[in-house]
Amino acid sequence: MLPEPLQTELKEKIASCEHPRELVIDVLTAIQEHHGHLSDEAVQDAAALFGLTPLEIDELATFYPFLYRQPVGRYVIHVCDSVICWMENGKGLIEHLQKRLGIAMGETTPDGLFTLLPVCCIGYCDRAPAILVNRKVHGPLNPALLDELIDRLQRQARDGEAAS
Amino acid sequence: MSDYPQVLFRNRKPDRIATLAEYRQSGGYEALADAVRNRNPKAIQEELLAAQLLGRGGAGFPSGKKLMTVADDAPFPRYIVCNADEMEPGTFKDRVLIHADPHQLLEGMALAGYAISASVGVIFIRPEYESAARILEREIGLAMGAGCLGKRIFGSGFSFDIVVHRSAGRYICGEGTAQLNALQARRPNPKLPPPYATEKGLWNQPTVQQNVETLCCMPHVIRNGAAWFKALALTPTGAGTKIYGVSGKVRRPGCYELPMGVPLREIIEVHAGGMIDGLRFKTCLPGGASTRFMTEAHLDLAMDFESLKAKGHRLGTGAVMVFDEQTCLVGATLNLIEFFARESCGWCTPCREGLPYVRDLLWRIENGLGEPWFVGALQQMSKHLWHSYCALAPGAASPLESLLTDFPEEVEDHIRHKRCRFSSSAG
Ligand code: SF4
Ligand code: FES
Repeated sequence: MLPEPLQTELKEKIASCEHPRELVIDVLTAIQEHHGHLSDEAVQDAAALFGLTPLEIDELATFYPFLYRQPVGRYVIHVCDSVICWMENGKGLIEHLQKRLGIAMGETTPDGLFTLLPVCCIGYCDRAPAILVNRKVHGPLNPALLDELIDRLQRQARDGEAAS
Repeated sequence: MSDYPQVLFRNRKPDRIATLAEYRQSGGYEALADAVRNRNPKAIQEELLAAQLLGRGGAGFPSGKKLMTVADDAPFPRYIVCNADEMEPGTFKDRVLIHADPHQLLEGMALAGYAISASVGVIFIRPEYESAARILEREIGLAMGAGCLGKRIFGSGFSFDIVVHRSAGRYICGEGTAQLNALQARRPNPKLPPPYATEKGLWNQPTVQQNVETLCCMPHVIRNGAAWFKALALTPTGAGTKIYGVSGKVRRPGCYELPMGVPLREIIEVHAGGMIDGLRFKTCLPGGASTRFMTEAHLDLAMDFESLKAKGHRLGTGAVMVFDEQTCLVGATLNLIEFFARESCGWCTPCREGLPYVRDLLWRIENGLGEPWFVGALQQMSKHLWHSYCALAPGAASPLESLLTDFPEEVEDHIRHKRCRFSSSAG
């Protein structure tokens, strides 16, 4: 279930919009941010908010690469595998990343920190090869810079946990 | 670096976005203020038509004409939709434009809105551009506070609001009809007109969709006039400047604002700094992933819509992707097809079934498993791709056909020797 404050916030937003349907992706994203992903229950919650059927919501939730129907890690790494990044040794970078994290594309590390997903050109071809971490861009990368980035994220997660 | 007039990039800074004050200092919002106070919507449409401002999103349709398609007695409300979903590999100009000078886009949208008496503008933006979306939301607020957007703009009777709509990905959402479906929370499959969006678009109301760069040109056309805009181009058939986004094996990948019709050679060799040391030019795609390869023989062609069309090429988005001698074109085309196959919306058979088949054949050729009959099969499949529901599959056919006709020896070499001789870049 959605927590009361989020539910109220979303309801108010929907009620104030002339064409509530234009908010479906926003609301799905907000629910996803809360739960980490869109479970079957989340799809039903969103459907109820809009008065749509769960199927209508699922048609969208399964269509878009930035909506996750399965659990993902704290850091979702979208690796660009389109032509310019490919030409700049993007493939080697992907292999390096998989080895470093010990997972294949589409998988999440056992500690729940990282999920690896392939993505089409992210529009930073002038900084190829480039990746997104939770939608933030990093590039141009090489294996050494990539390692530094992963180190930093691991540290950040550890320190964050110690602080909280 | 160049003495060409900078129009869209005149306020571009190396490390930050231009502020509202800077935009206004350089003449920003003057066109809008003048339009809403002193000119009627028809005059704006006519100016844009006379300027021959062609859509910069790839299709090159005259933007003035599109605005004129909205009938005088069309119902209200009417909408402007800005397509900021650029997702074609190699294309990043709209992101750079928004990060350089966001108010230019907002003013362009308001002007387009005034030209068709629309009251709302929607910016449809891809999730990878979250920072651009935030910038736009902040600057919209500032523009409203300054009376440049919102209610009764510049004290006139014209009101115009802009909202930012975040997408959650997928290339097909850049296609006009699919984008309208996406905005209305329908599955974003394309839809063949009629009805046209200018008649029944967003929420069944008249809607004009324009690319970011096209809208950014509008304030300048209205402020300086059609003749001035036309004269910016180097070729008689061109008009205005163009943002060429160069990527690949050049020294300085990036976006360059140059006159429409600048020779391809100058873009690559002068502005993008030439090839990286030790590498030789093999080919480039002139306008994103759905254009044909251009070879050394084309380097002196003028880069504008007409000149390229006359030679069987397309300017597309002006995203120049440069490949060197050591890059395998079978591998590159395989990668492009991979993109189109993944991004197919799955609605129609030639695209849904054809692209994976093409991908499979190319993958085998690249990996030393190709047979001579594959070439004929690829040719046949590329013909089927043209019989699809929307332009995605024909777009995919373009680099494929070009590979087969312009670089047949590279394909044959893979098949004959059962391997890729550029193996370091294989994949
Ligand atoms: S060509 Fe491809 S993207 Fe276009 S409608 Fe057909 S399946 Fe969808
Ligand atoms: S090809 Fe990777 S960002 Fe464009």
